[in-house]
Amino acid sequence: MSANIKRHRTGLGGIAFAVIRPVMSLIDIPLRALQRATGQGGMASFFILPNMAVFTIFVLIPFAINFVYSMTGGIEIFLNQRDFVGAEHYRDIFTCGSYLDPASCRRDGFWTAAQNTTLFVILQVTLLIIVSLITALILNRQIIGRSFWRAMFFFPVLLSPVVVGLIWRWILQRDGLLNFVLLEAFGAEQFNWLTDRTAAFAATIGVSIWAHMGFYTLILLAGLQAIPKDLYEAAEMDGTSKSRVFRRITLPLLMPNLIVVLVLALIKAVQVFDEVYVLTGGGPGTSTMYLVQYIYEKGFASELRNPGLAAAASIIMGAVLVVLTLMQMAASRRNEKKGER
Amino acid sequence: MAGVVSFLTRRRGGDRWHWTDVATWVWLIGGLLIIFGPAVWLVLSSFKTPAALSAFPPSILPYVTQEVQVEGFDKPLPLYEVTLPDGTTAQMAEKRRVGVIAQMIDPKNPGEVVKVNIKDRKPVEMVEFATSNYTEPFLQFDFLRYLWNSVFVTVMATIITLIVNSMAAFALSKYKFKGRDLILLVIVGTLMVPLGVITVPLYSIISTLGLFNNLWGVILPTVATPTGVFLLRQYMLTIPDELIDAARMDKASEWQIYWRIVLPLSAPALAVLAIFSVVWRWNDFLWPLIVLSRSTAYTLQVGLNVYAGQLNVQWHYILAMTVVTMIPVVLVFVFLQRFITRGIATSGLK
Amino acid sequence: MGRITLEKLTKSYGSVEILHGIDLDIQDGEFVVFVGPSGCGKSTLLRQIAGLDKPTSGELKINGKLVNDVPAADRGLAMVFQSYALYPHMSVRQNLAFGLENARMPKAEIDSRIAEAARMLEIGDYLDRRPGQLSGGQRQRVAIGRAIVRNPTAFLLDEPLSNLDAELRISMRAELSALHQRLKTTMIYVTHDQIEAMTLANRIVVLRKGNIEQVGTPLELYNRPANRFVAGFIGAPSMNFLPGSILAVNLVDTVVTVLGEETLAVPRPAETAEAGEKITVGVRPQHIRLAGPGEDCIGAKVTLVEALGAETVVHARVSTGELLLAVLAGQHALSAGEDIRLTFDAKDLHLFGGDGLRIAGT
Repeated sequence: MSANIKRHRTGLGGIAFAVIRPVMSLIDIPLRALQRATGQGGMASFFILPNMAVFTIFVLIPFAINFVYSMTGGIEIFLNQRDFVGAEHYRDIFTCGSYLDPASCRRDGFWTAAQNTTLFVILQVTLLIIVSLITALILNRQIIGRSFWRAMFFFPVLLSPVVVGLIWRWILQRDGLLNFVLLEAFGAEQFNWLTDRTAAFAATIGVSIWAHMGFYTLILLAGLQAIPKDLYEAAEMDGTSKSRVFRRITLPLLMPNLIVVLVLALIKAVQVFDEVYVLTGGGPGTSTMYLVQYIYEKGFASELRNPGLAAAASIIMGAVLVVLTLMQMAASRRNEKKGER
Repeated sequence: MAGVVSFLTRRRGGDRWHWTDVATWVWLIGGLLIIFGPAVWLVLSSFKTPAALSAFPPSILPYVTQEVQVEGFDKPLPLYEVTLPDGTTAQMAEKRRVGVIAQMIDPKNPGEVVKVNIKDRKPVEMVEFATSNYTEPFLQFDFLRYLWNSVFVTVMATIITLIVNSMAAFALSKYKFKGRDLILLVIVGTLMVPLGVITVPLYSIISTLGLFNNLWGVILPTVATPTGVFLLRQYMLTIPDELIDAARMDKASEWQIYWRIVLPLSAPALAVLAIFSVVWRWNDFLWPLIVLSRSTAYTLQVGLNVYAGQLNVQWHYILAMTVVTMIPVVLVFVFLQRFITRGIATSGLK
Repeated sequence: MGRITLEKLTKSYGSVEILHGIDLDIQDGEFVVFVGPSGCGKSTLLRQIAGLDKPTSGELKINGKLVNDVPAADRGLAMVFQSYALYPHMSVRQNLAFGLENARMPKAEIDSRIAEAARMLEIGDYLDRRPGQLSGGQRQRVAIGRAIVRNPTAFLLDEPLSNLDAELRISMRAELSALHQRLKTTMIYVTHDQIEAMTLANRIVVLRKGNIEQVGTPLELYNRPANRFVAGFIGAPSMNFLPGSILAVNLVDTVVTVLGEETLAVPRPAETAEAGEKITVGVRPQHIRLAGPGEDCIGAKVTLVEALGAETVVHARVSTGELLLAVLAGQHALSAGEDIRLTFDAKDLHLFGGDGLRIAGT
């Protein structure tokens, strides 16, 4: 995108301009005085101030007090009504007979959610990348109606998680479309997908891939299209086989985008919540209970509310996310260096 | 016709079909079914009556049993295609049903009752869209209010996001000042960490500010999005500094430089951010779910979830309202998807 | 009135000093050109005057008033930028009006000023187009127009012609010169092109590494460059520099030998040099001619001949290895490898001491 654009101040834009102009000119009067008093540097502060204020109040301060929160106990929301308990929540969380067996832990809910989330992340991210990569490779071919197909795969990305959850709940229910299709095709019995532990878990993976693959496909497709065509032509001249071209040219040159996709998908998968919450509500039992839902329920929803525990859990999750973010930064930096060479 | 086939099967350079071409089209057609299928199914289902919704196997189109007004009956009676004992068929209305035996009458001759085994009759069906699924929730429930709440949150949050973020991006791209790099670092650092991590303390801050159950409590925490600042700043860096210098020589105040020069020139980036913001805020779920506990303050997403979570799920209403919730996003998709896909491809942001 | 005075002006970015104490007095109505190689600080100096940057120390006065802390908008100056910096989203008319609107000028006055500038610069036909729809030359006119309508105390022009092609540059140069004749407003013009400097300036300021090397009229600089740098920078092709030494300093002349081959009496007595001193002798390519029979001369071997028709440029190598450039009037049948005999007149020589400065008196 370049800043050099051609627009015409007619129609809507013109009307908007005519409306906004007096307002902006009015605002300009006190601001000119401010500029006279503080100079350009002062104006820089003025421009950054609203954003910084909101950012500080609603992001930075919550970040800071989250730590305090995680060291207090009780069910009260306001800090001054809460007792200091030190590292008790963390101790509780990490008191475990075996980390692999949530039942042996004091906070078995947390470890169940953590285990579910880990399994979800591993399976979902792997499948997501495979599906997105295949789709991107296909969209990069000379196919009729390419922009339509590209748009089609992107469509679910825009849908709200609630809508996604409801659509699939409707389809996966006992009397739903999936059972109907299976009945017509294979004469299969009606099966209750969302009340079977394994099937429900698989459904959350499938639905979240359905909802997000379009986004990652786009990033990968952008990477594929950035690979110079003459490289492929040169390889063709050399008589390189298609699979070899893929392994030796496409994959290495796509690596930067693959890394971005991997890390973004990881970060997103760790935070899985909305569509799964609507789809299964964490059930059956706790088989699709993931970390964010655990935090949400401990913090706000459940009868046995424990905001301190929720804060501690969110900090542990945040730490994981920070590690993943750092990984992305390191990876992209390494790639930039590679690009310089 | 042959021309169409040869056009559709035409390949670059006239090569013959490779197995990858077959795989490509299998993948694309499969994708078409899996991606649009559920959405289409949702729309079709949303026009079905509760009776049709609970039928299995389901019908594709929304069928209803035709009904007929019969003299002597207050309510219209369902119409059936009946195979009479003598082997002929006739359309008759059901008067009453006892077990497997239905008492059928001829609508033109309501006096004469014929008893028929229910196996020997088929409902006369016709396609009819149950638009009441759409109208009733607006009348019976508060969906109109949820809709308004969602529109309010989306529009307000987007306007404030654009103003606040563009100002910050302007400062961060066109001024040199102490602490600029630190601010940039913090912004990039929080780019990836979501609101989900800080819900608990954020909730206490919202409560302290008295914004609990208030739509502003939903709007404000989202407006200083680091993504927005980052996207706009990257774009504003491409606006030449000489333009700013020229405006300063032209006696423009810094505020004028911002709104007369930098804002119009950032229009493409602002448009991308506006579209994203609309989609994000319209679709937001977790945070409104936490802040809004009074039903008059629900947004569509929260309202939908609450209704879908009730024991007695009224699917016919839920499905219709899901379609309503989907409409703005589908409109955005149809008209602006080119814009969005280009925005993502160039910025890698979502 | 547009008198601009700089006193001991310095500018540092961090610990790096870009300008090292600039003293300069620009008179009202003068056309002053800052010239120098890239990185010499000429654009930085212009930005200090414009008010887009604040000097680190020293004084900057406009019409005697100290303006160090006056923001750009209030200095009454107008600037033309290298990239033109036209607002791409505004029409030409809006571009011209923008500055006047900011000064809260009445609409009628704005219109009449734009009409006047459009007439003067012949841009009336495309007032409603956007910069993107204009050619480079047209944009250049609009950029100048944007400065003219402001009716400024002084014009600041930052390499305004460098984005134009050669032909357009020559015609715009002439127009700028004519414009200055008509407006009689102070103009400060920055360029790295010494021909632009020579053709446009009343006075040229030669800058190098943040210092002023010489200030003077174009012909002063050409005829009596103050040092080797100015001598080499002004005039095209560049002046030749040859090793030489002073044989004697007399009352009326200075006798020097060039390359030990040719001895000449420069008709100006050196004031600071003494006999026996090693010096650098500068001679412009245009002042070199082929020696007549029996004339004292320097022998050289031709390496390249560029026949331009009206003149012939000869590249030749002298016995000590120095490359010599001669621009000979008319056409000469010379070819590479040929031995030639070159000479010049004593009055055309420039003598520079070991410190690179012109030897006083010569």
